[in-house]
Order: sequence, then C-alpha cells, then structure tokens
Amino acid sequence: MNDQTKIDQDRAERTEKLQGMGCKRKRVEDVRFTQGKGSYVDDLKLPGMLFGDFVRSPHAHARIKSIDTSRAKALPGVVAVLTAADLKPLGLHYMPTLAGDVQAVLAEEKVLFQNQEVAFVIAEDRYIASDATELVDVEYEALPCIVDPFKSMDPDAPILREDIKDKMVGAHGPRKHPNHIFEWQIGDKEATDAVFAKADVTIKEMLVDHRTHPSPLETCQSVASFDKVKGELTLWGTFQAPHVIRTVVSLISGLPEHKIHVIAPDIGGGFGNKVGAYAGYVCSVVGSIVLGVPVKWVEDRMENLSTTSFARDYHMTTELAATKDGKIQAMRVHVLADHGAFDACADPSKWPAGFMNICTGSYDIPTAHLAVDGVYTNKASGGVAYRCSFRVTEAVFAIERAVELLADKLGMDAAELRIKNFIKAEQFPYQSALGWEYDSGDYHTAMKKAMDTIGYKELREEQAKKRDAFKRGETRELMGIGISFFTEIVGAGPAKNCDILGIAMFDSAEIRIHPTGSVIARMGTKSQGQGHETTYAQIIATEIGIPADDIMIEEGNTDTAPYGLGTYGSRSTPVAGAATAVAARKIKAKAQMIAAHMLEVHEGDLEWDVDRFRVKGLPEKFKTMKEIAWAAYNNPPPNMEPGLEAVNYYEPPNMTYPFGAYFCVMDIDVDTGVAKTRRFYALDDCGTRINPMIIEGQVHGGLTEAFACAMGQEIRYDEHGNVMGASFMDFFLPTAVETPHWETDHTVTPSPHHPIGAKGVGESPHVGGVPCFSNAVNDAYAFLGAGHIQMPHDAWRLWTVGQKLGLHN
Amino acid sequence: MIPGTFDYHRPASVEDAVALLARLGEDANILAGGHSLIPLMKTRLASPEHLVDLSGIGNLKGISVKGDEVVIGAMTTQFELISSEDLGRHIPIIAETSRLIADPQIRYKGTFGGNVANGDPGNDMPALMMCLGGIYSVTGPDGSREIAARDFYQGAYFTALEHGEILTAVRIPIPSPDHGYAYEKLKRKVGDYATAAAAVVITMAGGKCTSASIGLTNVSETPLWASDAAALLVGTSLDKASVDAAVAAAEAITQPASDMRGPAEYRTKMAGVMVRRALERAQSRAKG
Repeated sequence: MNDQTKIDQDRAERTEKLQGMGCKRKRVEDVRFTQGKGSYVDDLKLPGMLFGDFVRSPHAHARIKSIDTSRAKALPGVVAVLTAADLKPLGLHYMPTLAGDVQAVLAEEKVLFQNQEVAFVIAEDRYIASDATELVDVEYEALPCIVDPFKSMDPDAPILREDIKDKMVGAHGPRKHPNHIFEWQIGDKEATDAVFAKADVTIKEMLVDHRTHPSPLETCQSVASFDKVKGELTLWGTFQAPHVIRTVVSLISGLPEHKIHVIAPDIGGGFGNKVGAYAGYVCSVVGSIVLGVPVKWVEDRMENLSTTSFARDYHMTTELAATKDGKIQAMRVHVLADHGAFDACADPSKWPAGFMNICTGSYDIPTAHLAVDGVYTNKASGGVAYRCSFRVTEAVFAIERAVELLADKLGMDAAELRIKNFIKAEQFPYQSALGWEYDSGDYHTAMKKAMDTIGYKELREEQAKKRDAFKRGETRELMGIGISFFTEIVGAGPAKNCDILGIAMFDSAEIRIHPTGSVIARMGTKSQGQGHETTYAQIIATEIGIPADDIMIEEGNTDTAPYGLGTYGSRSTPVAGAATAVAARKIKAKAQMIAAHMLEVHEGDLEWDVDRFRVKGLPEKFKTMKEIAWAAYNNPPPNMEPGLEAVNYYEPPNMTYPFGAYFCVMDIDVDTGVAKTRRFYALDDCGTRINPMIIEGQVHGGLTEAFACAMGQEIRYDEHGNVMGASFMDFFLPTAVETPHWETDHTVTPSPHHPIGAKGVGESPHVGGVPCFSNAVNDAYAFLGAGHIQMPHDAWRLWTVGQKLGLHN
Repeated sequence: MIPGTFDYHRPASVEDAVALLARLGEDANILAGGHSLIPLMKTRLASPEHLVDLSGIGNLKGISVKGDEVVIGAMTTQFELISSEDLGRHIPIIAETSRLIADPQIRYKGTFGGNVANGDPGNDMPALMMCLGGIYSVTGPDGSREIAARDFYQGAYFTALEHGEILTAVRIPIPSPDHGYAYEKLKRKVGDYATAAAAVVITMAGGKCTSASIGLTNVSETPLWASDAAALLVGTSLDKASVDAAVAAAEAITQPASDMRGPAEYRTKMAGVMVRRALERAQSRAKG
C-alpha cells in the first residue's frame, strides 16, 4: 500500500466515523419513539392539574339566545365554566389570526360553523369535564347557512361575520361583499388577455382541490401553568412554531414575553395542523391564569378533524393558451377560495393566497395572470399548508392537470408537451411571469431519467392494447398513466417578502462546543417527526468534524432555543439548515485561529482535513477539533476570548425550488370504481442530500398523504353545514394495506444560494403526488371522452364516471 | 370521544348474567367484545349505566361438531373462527368472512356472538348466518329458546332478542361437502364496514345448480336473505341470463342508505356486483 492510498483510506475512515452529510444515519430520535418513550403534551402530569373540554355548536349558523352554565357548575368536580362573557372583559373572546383577521375564541352572539367552541368547562378530570359539557344549556336560533362558496357573495346571502360587516377594507384590501375576505391579483392581466384572444388553442377547466384535513396521529393539545407569584406562564403545546406562539400569547395576554415560557415537547406529526393558534390553547391559558393551577386541553379526533385547520378548498378556473404545435404562451387562473368562518390561513402575512403564484409550474410560460377571491362560509376555518408550502399543492395541481388537458386537446403526448415547455437548465436563475426567481433546476435530465426508468414508451403501448381490449369487451379494467412534473417553492423566506405578524421569516441555530469536544446545538425550528435531531447533527458533523453521535440537537424550548419561525412549508433545511452551516463555519473559523496558535504557524498555513486542521505539507502536524475544543476553553490564543460557540440568524436570499418527476400506473375496475396503483415512481431533486434514508422516508410519507388526498380523503359538508365523516371511520387515512409500493429515485441539482446546496424535501412528494394520482385516474378515462374528473377519486365517484359514460350497460 | 359514567360487571355464569340483566333493567348493556358498543359509547350515542361483560363465562366459548351441525359459542372470537380446523373443513366460508372483518387486532377481541346479536347492519356475520340457515340459542329469565337467523333481524340495532336475553350459541347446519362458497366484500379500506357484501353458498350436480343461498351485508337496515334471487338460480347452469336475473332480484331487495361509502344507487349496484362475483367464485369451488 503506497502512502497516498494510506492517506485516502485514513481519511475515508475518519469521514465515515463522523456520520455526516450524505450518509444513511439511523434516526437517533427513534430510540425513544420505537420504545414508546417519547414525551408528548398529554404525557405531562402536573400537581393540581385540571382538564378542559368544549361545549360545541350543533349548528352551522345560529344566533345564541342564551347560555346557562348552572347545571354544569353544580356537577361535583367542575371548577369553572368559561363563556365569551368571561373572556370579553379581558379582550380575549376574539384572537388575531395569522391572516390579519380575528377569530372567536368562544362564540359570543353567533356560531358560524358546526362544532364551533361555545363554552369551556374546567373540571378535576377529563371525564367530569366531558360529562359537564352536556349540562351547559345553550339556546340557539338557527339561521340560514352558506355551504357553497359560490353563493357567499350572492346579493341576498346571509351576512356571516356581523363583527366586521361594516369593515369594508380588510387586511388585504377592499372587500366586495360582507362575506368577501380579499381579492389578490398578480401578473399582467391585459397582456394575458391579449394572448388568449388570439391563441391557436386554449383550454379552460374548473379544477377543484377539495377540502381535507391534515391528520397527525397526535391531535392538538396544550397545558398552561400560570405562577401567580412570579407572574410567569409556562405553556406546553403541540406547536410547529413555538416562538411565534410565545409572541402571540404575549401580544394577546399582555404578559411580557420574557415571562412566557413556551415548550413544544415531542410532537406526533403536524402537517400544517399545528401552525395556527387555537381556542383550546387560549382557554387553557385563561383557565390557568384565573384559577392559578395548570389546565390541560386535549382535542379528540372528531374535534381535530372538524375544527382545527382544514386544508385546500380551492376552486380554480384554470386556462392555458398555446400555439398549435404545443408551445404554451399564457396562463390565466381565477381561484375562489373557501376560507370558512374566519380567515385563519397560516400563510406569510403578505400572501393571502400563499405562494399560489408558483402555478406556472416547471414551464417557461411568458405571460400569466392570477386572481384569488377569498370568501367566508359556514365551515371551520383554516386553510393550512397540508404537507406543502403555502398553497403549493393547489398551484401544482392546477398546472399539472391543465397541461394534461392541453395535451389531450392538442392530441399530443402529455410527457412530450411538458418537455417542450420546460424551463431549460441554462435559463436558471429563472424569472417567472408571476414574480418568482427559480434558483436552479435541470428538468430535462430528471424527466428523461424518469421516463427511461419507468419504461414510459412501453407503458403507452400496453395502454393502447388494453384500451382496444376494453372496447372489444375483453376486459373491464382501465389503465391510466399519471405524470406530474412539479416545482415546489419552499424555505420561506426572504424578509423582503415573508413575515408572520411582522416577524421576518429568518431562522436560527446556536452551536456550543463543550471542552471535551461534544456539542449541543439549538434551533428555532421544531421537529414533528422529520428527524431534525439526526439531520442537523449531520450538517454540523461535516462542517466541523465532530461525530454526529457527539452532537445533541435541542428544539422546542423558547427559553433556550434561539428565536425562529418554526417548521412548516419545508423551511427547516432551507433556512435553519443554512443557519446551522453558517454557525458551524463561524466556529470553524475560530477553531482555525486556535489551531494555528497551538501549532505555532500562520492560519493560512493550515488546511482542513475532515476532522482536523493540519499544516500544509506536514500532514503529521495537526490538531483535531476535539483538541482544539479543549484549547478553546483552557489555552486560547492571547487576546482571544475563551469558548467555542456561535449563533446564526439566517435570512435566506431566496426561496429554494425542489422539483421532481413522478409517474403512476393505475388499473381501475370500472364495475366497482376501485382503483389500484400498480406502480408509483418518484424522482426527487432536493439539491444536496443530507440523509438519503430520511429523504426516502419523507418521500414515502408524503406520497402516502398524496395518495390519501387524491383517492378519497375529504372533509365534506351537507347542505345544512353538518360536517360529514369527521372520524377515522370515514376519513380516509390509508393503512399499510391500501398504500401502494413506492419506487424512489433522485437527481441532484444543488441550490446555488444555500450554504450546503440543500433545498428541502418533506413536502415535495405530497405536492407532486396529488396531481400524479389524479392524472392517472383522468388518463384512464380520457379515451372515453370523460373530460376532467374532480377529486377525490374514491370508488363510488369513479363508478359514477363510468355510469355517466354508459360503461355499465 | 369520552364515554359517560358506567358500572362494570363480569358475571361468571350465564345464570348470573341473566339475573344481573334482570336486576339492572333497561340501563344495562351486554359487552361481548365491545367493537360496536364502545365506539357508540365514546361518541355518547349510547350511554349505558351498566356493562355486563360476558368474557368471564367460560362455557360460552368454543366450536364443536355435533352430528350434521357445527355449534359455535357466542364468546368465540373471530380469530378463533379463522383458526378452527373443524370450521375450515366443514364451513370454510366462516373463516373467509372472518378474515374480512376489521383487522387482526380487533379479531382477537371481537366475538362471533357480539357480531351476530347486536343488529348492526354493517356486521358481516349476520348475512352469512342467514345464508347458512344458522339457529341462535338464547337464554333469558324465562328459560331458553331458539331463533332462526332468518327471523332474527328486525331493524338497525333491533332484533328478536328481548331485553335480558343472552345469545349463547349458534347452531349451523353443515352444507354438503361438495358445496361451493364465497364471501365478497367491497370496502374502502381495512377495518371498514362493507359498502356492500354478499355471501353465497351453492351446490351443483351435472353442471346444474341444485341449491343456492345468498346473504347480503350492509345494504339495508338489516342483513338480507336474498331467497328470490337464489331461487332463480336453482336448476340453471348459472348461465349469464340466470345470473343476471338473480343479480337483479338481489338488487331489488336492497334499501341502502346514502353515506360516505357512496349514494344508495351505487351501493345497490355494488350488492349486485358482489353477488355476481361471489357466484363466480362459488361455482369455481363447487364440486359436481
């Protein structure tokens, strides 16, 4: 073995020991999760703790005539019953939403959706609290309700929000009707209309991304504990953004922010459900402040599905204009957005429709216009980003269905049409017609790899044969090939256009190296299952050469963690991951000075080698990071302050734009409407890959939720505003049996502006998956002239498609 | 989803259970596994003051062959139905159906008697018992009596069982060893009740159907015995026209509710599709 081989081998061994970026490190948090040793909000038991439960409205829209709490208060074990009348003197019967609206904490004069919170019973145990909710007598006068958002702005529509009926300018500009929330427009309307007026080919379709709900296994919950002596509030809760919650609690309660300790312990999934502030959090806080003892609130499954934060409910009139040979010239979209009874969307404040303007997708569309009208209805509020960046699933669904419809009209292959219109690799950074600067991409390479791997040409040939066989009556099965080529926009975001309640959407990392060379790092984000304790440590390991196993990652305690905006919209890696790398580099720079002092050379004479600085040309003279850490505390260079730590608040210069090519092969039994996914192939490009195993897990999870949304998951209301199917009896949460097998693949196009080139991946599979499934279903029926088939594609709806086409006769 | 307050009783014998039910009156419910009752209690659609758990009564469990019948104790779990060699040999459709009930965890706790006795039209065993001609043995304060499965179901959660009576066992005649059978169940996902399901048992001789019985699950307020549909098959070769006629006759007696599984029209048609598919499989299994 020659010297160089020896050196290389030694370096490889040291690199492997670090378990840094790019390695399939096992998730360290799973040691406790797989043993049932996680510590969740509901595990918390405090001395004297009381339990709260809500009295909820059976009506979708009704006037409250009276509330009588006397029977409930008389039940032994009941300590208090809060109503709006108790909260009003404190100014807490309404709370601000993230979207610039206010939301009732407890209904005052009216209820506006079924299961709305009307009173909060506090009792000695969970069972008594629940019994007592049945003893609160509320007299209602039912009012006509609005379920269909297209009727919200009818001239004779009942006015829902009497509290703001005279306020004709909302947080996002003028309101056209008392039930109108905002109109938001972007792009060049005149130019777009002009292109459409003389285009060779146009398509126009109402694409509905139906109302559903992110359904983490752990529901929303909180424990508030107010110390009357110290005047301090400790609030444990299921918070995806604990610091934001602290600030909001301070703003609405008047307690100084330093006397509020917000702690998010282990969280059992979020998917956007745990970004917002809910009545239960406020009531547990008020209960504890009033009573001086801890108060716990734990939502049950039906409450979770029917009240806290729905997703989607976008009704998108989508148009494309193209030349006859398939070059897309313009896109025009109008969205009617059903926001429910309050505008409680969890979007960056300036973006009432999130990043819906990513709807030009992966295509070089020179001209576009988007308008969004938000309206109130008698439904639960929300509009959260369900495993996606803000409204990006909706946007990608619109463009990816629209290109299929265009391909159908042009008689072109849907893959070919996409390739023809892709933004080319040399066009990045690419300015989109609706205002975004795409950082990097290589769409043609990804698409080619995906098509070759799935065997696209052969699948189309098989499909042609099956279609003929179907026409001849030899089979009752339809084969669909779904394609989706998506571009996400994640990592909110640059302060210039992203804030929440005025707080710029930076994120943070604080890294502290202990004298013995082990590390604690704290973040402004909060994992809900993403594996942050594993992946952030890998970034630090690679950056500063300390093994990931010697690095502890801590999140969720606002007293110790640096301020951050939390985890949603795939922002942890793009923003806090960048902060982590930058903070680590600050430490490394100081370490280099210390090493130079120890080795008695000039800093410039040192070079970095995996886990150590060594003297150039003298490889045997080196100091490991571990040695440097000891020296940093005990033997720093003269005039240098001791210690080895750094903090970084990272303000991203741009969003990141992950992308991917997905293919789905589906077989549908026309007689039952049952669809079976034969294959699903997902190629993701999330830039630099920190942990391939975690990426694969994220892709599996995101695809499973996409499968659910596309194929049956929904929150439906009947004509009276009764919420249907809000339990796991009906709400489609696929089990391992229903979930298809996933084939995953990747290309790597690093983000040019991110310190480690990473883009984020947790939400891509959901964003790309939903239209892929829907396209497969639509493709299966397309040759029969079915036209656009709305989601969700559950069996009875697909059977109905066949029925309308006369396939069952 | 927090149940109201209740007292829990666990008698050791059928006599004790009957006496308890007589003493506690209408506010007592029998707990025989709980997979229908407990969800109703958690949503407070049912708020019994007393639960009388039958799991402590040893002699309510077990499967035995007696002459030309199989007798199944009411507290036999669905898992035990699946693993019984006697049942597998004589009436294999019971295991086939049991495997389609809920999921393995529930089948370890869910009981045969609970499934047939509580009158939930979504349960799978009632239609199967009607198909097979099962006889329910019932004990109450006035002694024991027998009720045919085909006479037992009167409405959703409403049966011929009087309050205070306990279903103790079910007698099922063993079909011809040459019989063909199938249980076809359409459901949205594992654990779901049927959108529609059909149980079919037939015998064939010389290419002709010599007997047929069809049960339908969850397409009416009660499980259904589709006797007219079955009668249309006897004497035929199960040719397309005969099967079409039987399917139409089966569809005609359904009265499903529109729910999240689909509108009534769909569920009726699915009952027909399930009958057709069950017949195909039953025919392929029938000897003779």
